[in-house]
Amino acid sequence: MPSGFSGGDTAFVLISAALVMLMTPGLAFFYGGMVRVKSALNMLAMSFIALGIVTVLWVLFGFSIAFGPDSFHGLIGDFSMVGMRHIGMNQLSGTIPVFAFSMFQLMFAVITPALISGAIADRAKFSAWAVFIAFWVTVVYFPVAHWVFYTDNGKGGWLVDHVGALDFAGGTAVHLNAGIAGLALALVLGKRVGFKKDPMRPHSLPLVMLGSGLLWFGWFGFNAGSALAANGLAGLAFTNTQVATASAMIGWLIFERIKHGAFTTLGAASGAVAGLVGITPACAYISPLGAIALGLICGVLCAWAISLKYKLGFDDSLDVVGVHAVGGAVGALLIGLLATGGGGSAAKGLFYGGGFAQLGKQAIGVGAVGVYSFVLAWIIGMVIQKTMGFRVSEEVEIAGIDQAEHAESAYDFSAVGAALSKAFSSSAPAAPTAKKTAADSPAETKVDA
Amino acid sequence: MPEMKIITAVIKPHRLDDVKEALQSFGVHGLTVTEASGYGRQRGHTEVYRGAEYTVDLVPKVRIEVLAEDDDADSVIEVIVKSARTGKIGDGKVWSVPVETAVRVRTGERGPDAL
Repeated sequence: MPSGFSGGDTAFVLISAALVMLMTPGLAFFYGGMVRVKSALNMLAMSFIALGIVTVLWVLFGFSIAFGPDSFHGLIGDFSMVGMRHIGMNQLSGTIPVFAFSMFQLMFAVITPALISGAIADRAKFSAWAVFIAFWVTVVYFPVAHWVFYTDNGKGGWLVDHVGALDFAGGTAVHLNAGIAGLALALVLGKRVGFKKDPMRPHSLPLVMLGSGLLWFGWFGFNAGSALAANGLAGLAFTNTQVATASAMIGWLIFERIKHGAFTTLGAASGAVAGLVGITPACAYISPLGAIALGLICGVLCAWAISLKYKLGFDDSLDVVGVHAVGGAVGALLIGLLATGGGGSAAKGLFYGGGFAQLGKQAIGVGAVGVYSFVLAWIIGMVIQKTMGFRVSEEVEIAGIDQAEHAESAYDFSAVGAALSKAFSSSAPAAPTAKKTAADSPAETKVDA
Repeated sequence: MPEMKIITAVIKPHRLDDVKEALQSFGVHGLTVTEASGYGRQRGHTEVYRGAEYTVDLVPKVRIEVLAEDDDADSVIEVIVKSARTGKIGDGKVWSVPVETAVRVRTGERGPDAL
């Protein structure tokens, strides 16, 4: 290997990449448990498909747009790494192979659009959603990752290298970005049938807990791994990740107990995720005591913010705005107050004698990503809505999107009413399946005995 | 005239085992149990999910159906009422309805012989 290579760093980043990959299925469970039983599979699939689409686009051009050498004022990378054709196996990015760095960053690109899906649960056409992911990561996530994450001695992304906004692991690029896009899509698609009227209880809280546990676990790769080295900075990021998550869970639960009279498991899971979101941008810059404060603030603020959708009348079904947009923005802004100057950056926050300078830079980062994400997500959403249609029909939504879009049911607990298979019985009446399945022509589905 | 009655009881789920045992001791050889939900004078409860409060007014219940000869019907009802009772609100209801025909599927026996 060339000089500068670190086996320890490489091992750590590869493992971190795998940890972050697990967050997307974790998110699928977190969201999947929160919807009603009739759309559980669709919710899982909306996250899972991001692993497919974004990975392919990443190799084709995503990695190059996000992390290729800057080609225009810190806004976008060049196309020198398109197709990953000219990357040498032993070529390094810092102390680790470019391939290891690229796969680590890919997992961030995968989970970001998946996060958006919670805002439009139960009602999006799967094909439209897939098209949305492809366009949104291309014109929003890849460039924004370049703005926020790509450093090159002052010639990198404009937010990180020109403005000096700090975002260690993606409070703005990932969470605020996804949360605001979720708001835009919730407005484009409109409310679910029966919003604020019909009960929409989560169908499986154990699944939600499983998902939040997997997210918490994977998040160590997300945050500590963003040090891109197995070093003290990774240790600090790991510590703050754990601490802020813990205190955010406590904050959310206390708020909930006072306001609604119960400590709910959904509140514990949601509070933990709010803390993970909030600490993401800040984990390398603040102290563990600062992380306790940040967590409490995020836990309480997010627990309050999720009620906004009822007051303002938009159906952000699984609170992507309340948790990810609010948590990501608050975490990014708190760097301006809590940065010690002793972590991943010498910049000090207001409380450590740095004045308002860093807070201003953080506000620019939050504002720029928020506005860009909203406008572009809204435009892409509207174009899809006006052309191929983004929303399923009301009948499909009421009957359950799983059957219409996926031709499956999530659970089969009953021995009664099992579907008859056309493949095995020519005289069986047609089971009600999706209109698009090949089952319309029995000859094609017959199984050779 | 029908010689049989069907007795239907809607009771608290956790009383099912006691009711079943009491009916067995009395000599009832078969019954059908269905999970049900409903409400009477017992109020439901409130659940809260991320601040959205839902009143769940359908309470889980178990429905038992027993076929009995006319002469036994009142006693069967009595056995169920005694074994299902907790004295608290929501204990349920028991009622009976005349039955015209009953057939044992395996043998084709009809009427009280089918019980």
